[in-house]
Amino acid sequence: MSKKITKVQELIYKLKIEQAMTKGVIKVHPKTVMGELREILKNNRISGIPVMDEDKLVGIISIEDFIKCMADGKLDAFIEDRMTKDVEILYADEPLIHAVNKFNKFGFGRFPVIERGNKKLVGIITKSDIIKTLLKELEINLQEEEIHRYRASHIFEDMIANKTTLIFEYNVAGQDFKRAGESASELKKSLGRLGINPQILRRVAIATYEAEMNMVIFTSGGRITAYIKPDEIRVKAIDSGPGIPDIEQAMQPGFSTAPPMVQEWGFGAGMGLPNIKKCADKMNINSIVGKGTKLEIVIYTHRKNETQTDS
Amino acid sequence: MKLKQIVKELGLEVVSKVFNLDTDIVDGYASDLLSDVIANAKKDSIWVTLQIHQNIIGVAVLKELAGIIIVNGRKPETETLKKAEQENIAVMVTELPAFEIIGKLYGLLKGLSYSG
Repeated sequence: MSKKITKVQELIYKLKIEQAMTKGVIKVHPKTVMGELREILKNNRISGIPVMDEDKLVGIISIEDFIKCMADGKLDAFIEDRMTKDVEILYADEPLIHAVNKFNKFGFGRFPVIERGNKKLVGIITKSDIIKTLLKELEINLQEEEIHRYRASHIFEDMIANKTTLIFEYNVAGQDFKRAGESASELKKSLGRLGINPQILRRVAIATYEAEMNMVIFTSGGRITAYIKPDEIRVKAIDSGPGIPDIEQAMQPGFSTAPPMVQEWGFGAGMGLPNIKKCADKMNINSIVGKGTKLEIVIYTHRKNETQTDS
Repeated sequence: MKLKQIVKELGLEVVSKVFNLDTDIVDGYASDLLSDVIANAKKDSIWVTLQIHQNIIGVAVLKELAGIIIVNGRKPETETLKKAEQENIAVMVTELPAFEIIGKLYGLLKGLSYSG
């Protein structure tokens, strides 16, 4: 069974620490007096500072250390005597997950970030850096998704022509019960990608499915073509026989000429054409016995057209 | 009620390998006629049937059903399971006949008690 990975989980593996860390780190010298720390922390609105002797990272001093020091009345002590000396560091090119793990493991508020090659301090990372980065990344992802959706659903507005029609064509094999329904399901997926309203989508899919099933059950095959226009979806199902002798009778719910074997499988309940009619705004069948059947349905995609009467 | 809860309460056996059992089920539908299901089943419903061929998955996808319960101890065809896993449709089986499982399912979903 596949485990579902959330977007956040994906991001903390994908993003690098250097993408989340704060760059341009403020540092203090080990011989700085603790009393000065307060101003540095306050002025820079930070809660911890790496302690550097020249280019060497020798410790880290935090607001917690300062508070402890103040409680002890030792604000004249050097930072080097009050700092944490065994500094846990992270490398800039490590994935964010390593930072998350380290925060959980050590309970520190921040980790200095070191460039792997030259071992220089390049930044510092806190939990809030991680949260901010994740939120920003999620927002970017969301925007991209929205743009993508917008493009799909506005495809017609982007096409400049007097008339625009997208055509999807599916070949349907007669008597192939294993593949029956594939055209309808592929059409549904394609229309979904175009951003067609789900309600409309369902009606198109049901009507197409029933038309496809009729083709599979009764004919030697045919073709289903969907014409997508800005304001309507037109589906044509054309086969080459045997044709319907009495269309009015075929439209009656429950009337079926499907063979018993097919009915046993749950097809041929005599509800195909009535179902199509229920879903379509317009429906037209032409059938000549021995020649074939042409079924055409129209479903309006824009509300203003839904009240139009049949022509 | 979550699908996994229904599976537990009714002692169903889930036979498709990839599925989402966290869907909230609010309704069910029982029928062996595919056109009937297509016309009348509602989205996220659970569907009770004795049909075992692969077209039931197509119907479930088309109607966005949450899962299919196959009754009477019938086993779905291999192709049906393959397709179910492709489309992420939960297929469950029960030894019980349709009448019994539907009764229990109705009790669970609509909050009626049943004995047995």
